[in-house]
Amino acid sequence: MADVNPGKRPLSPHLQVYRLPLNAYMSIVGQRVTGVAMAASMVLIAWYFLALAAGPDYFAVAENVLTSWFGVLALGLSAIGIWVHYMNGIRHLIWDTGSQFGQKSVRRSAYIGLAAAAVMVVLTFIAAIAG
Amino acid sequence: MRYLTDRARVNGLGSAKAGTQHFWEQRISAIALIFIVPFFVFPFAMNLGAGYEAVSAAYAKPFNAIVALAFFITVALHLFQGLQVVIEDYVHGRAGMVLIIATRLLCTLLALVGVFAIIKIALGA
Repeated sequence: MADVNPGKRPLSPHLQVYRLPLNAYMSIVGQRVTGVAMAASMVLIAWYFLALAAGPDYFAVAENVLTSWFGVLALGLSAIGIWVHYMNGIRHLIWDTGSQFGQKSVRRSAYIGLAAAAVMVVLTFIAAIAG
Repeated sequence: MRYLTDRARVNGLGSAKAGTQHFWEQRISAIALIFIVPFFVFPFAMNLGAGYEAVSAAYAKPFNAIVALAFFITVALHLFQGLQVVIEDYVHGRAGMVLIIATRLLCTLLALVGVFAIIKIALGA
């Protein structure tokens, strides 16, 4: 009975070649990485407001940094991070009530969350450019 | 043989010590941020690069100032709660404890800096 179907036996998930499902990425990147990264964003934003409180001269320095290529990149990534975290966080809060837990609804809400986050990111960029 | 019931003997000795309190409070700060974040992010984005006069005038308005205060206080709390969970998951033993204490101090500092700055701007520097 050994090797009834050689070569066709199921393989256990191998971590180096295992393709993580979307929901794994939503949890790892969408919630944890964005959340931890936002610590750096908050340091930048707190510094910006401290500079505003310090007066016009120092605020000019902070504003120059935040509107330089580095600042635009950091704030742009922060905007993506905060809205993905925000929308994915709403999914978590809904799950905490015990609803929308089926495999299909979890997958659907991942797409809805990503689409909603994309809309908010675009609106934030528009506000930043137009404002 | 101790004169205690099994229930009384293990009371309060769960691995998390404080039961669901941390989980629950993180949800509350999350719900608060659902309302606060949009009202902070959009004025922030619109005022970016507008210059000292315009930005300080914007944050001197009571609505923007109160939202910014709520944002800094709630984000500092929620950030600490989230980072604590991440640290507990990946960093163990003394290193994890030291990291959690450092994170808590830094998040407190973040809230203090934000609150001080906003109040100073709102009340006129």
